[in-house]
Amino acid sequence: MRLLAPARWSMVLGLCLFAAFGVVDAHAARIGDLSETRIWEQAIRFFSLRDPAVRYAALGAILLGTSCGLLGSFIVVRKMALVGDTLSHAVLPGVAVGFLWNMSKDPIAIFIGAVAAGLLGVLFVNWIQQTTRLKEDTALGLALAGFFAVGICLVTMMQRLPTGSKSGIDKFLFGQAAALGAADVKLMAVVTLLSVATIFLFYKEFLVASFDPGFAKASGHSVKVAHYTLMWLLAFSIVISLQAVGVVLVSAMLITPAAAAYLLTDRMHRMVLYSMAFGIASGLVGAFISFLRPNLPTGPFMVLAASLIFAVAFVAAPRHGIVVRWWRQRSQSRRVQRENTLKSIYHVLEGRSFQQEGVTVEELAARRRETVEEIRQQAADLRAHELATFDKHDGVIYLTPEGWQRAAAIVRNHRLWELYLTNAAQIAPDHVHEDAEKIEHVLGEEVVRQLERKLAFAKEDPHGRLIPDVATIQRGSGPRREAPSGYRRSE
Amino acid sequence: MVESRITKLPSQAPPLEIHDLTVAYHKKPVLWGIDLVVPPGKLIGIIGPNGAGKSTLIKAALGLIPGSSGWVKIFGESGRKGLKRVGYVPQRESVDWDFPVNVMDVVLMGRYGRLRLMQRPNAHDREVAKRALEMVHMLPFANRQIANLSGGQQQRVFLARALAQESDLYFMDEPFAGVDAATESAIVGILQELKQKGKTIMVVHHDLPTARNYFDMLLLLNMRVVAFGPTEEVFTYELLQQTYGGRLTILAEVAEAVRQRGA
Repeated sequence: MRLLAPARWSMVLGLCLFAAFGVVDAHAARIGDLSETRIWEQAIRFFSLRDPAVRYAALGAILLGTSCGLLGSFIVVRKMALVGDTLSHAVLPGVAVGFLWNMSKDPIAIFIGAVAAGLLGVLFVNWIQQTTRLKEDTALGLALAGFFAVGICLVTMMQRLPTGSKSGIDKFLFGQAAALGAADVKLMAVVTLLSVATIFLFYKEFLVASFDPGFAKASGHSVKVAHYTLMWLLAFSIVISLQAVGVVLVSAMLITPAAAAYLLTDRMHRMVLYSMAFGIASGLVGAFISFLRPNLPTGPFMVLAASLIFAVAFVAAPRHGIVVRWWRQRSQSRRVQRENTLKSIYHVLEGRSFQQEGVTVEELAARRRETVEEIRQQAADLRAHELATFDKHDGVIYLTPEGWQRAAAIVRNHRLWELYLTNAAQIAPDHVHEDAEKIEHVLGEEVVRQLERKLAFAKEDPHGRLIPDVATIQRGSGPRREAPSGYRRSE
Repeated sequence: MVESRITKLPSQAPPLEIHDLTVAYHKKPVLWGIDLVVPPGKLIGIIGPNGAGKSTLIKAALGLIPGSSGWVKIFGESGRKGLKRVGYVPQRESVDWDFPVNVMDVVLMGRYGRLRLMQRPNAHDREVAKRALEMVHMLPFANRQIANLSGGQQQRVFLARALAQESDLYFMDEPFAGVDAATESAIVGILQELKQKGKTIMVVHHDLPTARNYFDMLLLLNMRVVAFGPTEEVFTYELLQQTYGGRLTILAEVAEAVRQRGA
């Protein structure tokens, strides 16, 4: 699902470019007439809802956003995004046949034809899976491409018929909300109402069947009925959305709003509500933009709006968004760096048997093999977190009691872990340092206690150095000092 | 009418009765002619090597996979009627833990089997779910999304869901797989408690040494029932050798041959 989104993005962008250039080509003579005021007028016409065509387009967009968002959230959590994609392409031959029925745009005939074609597509997928060794994704791909190709051939043939070019079947490819009529919107309302009512009434059955089919069946629910009900509602929702979004992109209206909602919440009912809201919003935006200029297709703009919503969710979602994740990683790595600096200060102090309390930046730079400037920055960072005091002029760093405790605790974690690896896991002493470098930052209080007990409160690490004990850590300064002299403020 | 109902009192029927059950996956038999009558109030371990059909036996008993022959009765009832008194703990890997539900949502699903179509869980159901969470020490995590739990915690959520089912017969598919020692002993304690209340619990188990201590009865399984009886009688070198040893390779070979011919 998450992989699909970028691919869809580029497809949508391509289609928009295609649409824009198509418009320029077809109406080159008129393009100069389309002044700013014309767009402004159209916008006012849209928002005033005076025009019945506008009302139908807006209503249609709301209805399709609702039903696609609703079914889409179940499709996404059931990992059936590809099924939705296939189904939405497989209906095209049915649409064409529905047109041929009486050479006009009869919503009911098209609905029946499209649903029948979709059903045929699903049966084809099942049949391929049962009779060959091919897996579901391949069978879905086969059905998608094959049925869509048949549909395109039929549509092209019909457009060559004398009455075909006026029939409006070409609108079914990329969608045209403005072409919706009263009969279309009525059918959309019936199907949307049916979907919303069914999912609302049987929400708990759909939830348990989607989360854990085995458990659902074992507690007496019919998982099959739930599955096929969802599939039928999905087929219906796709078919009623065709005219406004178009065959090519209707699956995006199922997947994209639901994917955005999935990133924003951890509860299914909220995901369903968000998904419907996103569906409605992107539907309306698409209908509005395509209304601004004649012959702009609706579908790509709806999907573009939905993809924008997804992009915002992807970047800014409170728990799963990349901004939050990036921030978490950054603060994590800065903490690790601070702890490493503290550790080096401890090492320097240890090197002179804790005789002096201050550490100069030059000493630390030599120890860490870094430049004095880098050490100065790290010292400033320690000061900002009240782990050390640092005088810029004499360049001496003193640990605060808290800084001392943290430094000793990290050294202790490191040496305990090294000892544990060499003693308990029997890893050679020269192999353990690298591992301990990482582990020291993540060991919790409880694990450290366990390690101590396991190692019988050992005093020395595998390299013969002292492991700082709890008393030393809490005293707030080096082990060889008699009294806790604390630290010297350098202000 | 009244008399006939009394003679069919469910408490008299054994919790689980399986007769001549054969199960095949893609025409390849995995269980052959299983006969089993499980007495009430026992804690029973199902043990056997990989591919012995331990999970398959549970799933077939629950009707999750069809048997090619034979029948299963739960408290004397077959089909969906029998399932009303059954609790189930599936393998932890069987679900997507990224699914947008929290711990409480999952445990409440244990109540769904008792609710009618369209009926929502009420305050009583919530109370039962809370108590179940309390029993497995997971109440503080009730509002946690299930992905943010450790493996042992996830296993305890599944156990709580089964407890919320308030059943008389429990099937548990490897409840100890991948859990920490603390969770394992907590689960064993709960199983003992259930047994004290007269419930019957059947547990698929992998670890032979602990099997001896945990269970009253053992079902040794390797595509057929090798032995079923009290642990002290069944946990013998000969029977375990029969279960895990190479004696049954013929059965496996024949199964493969059946599959090839069927395909």
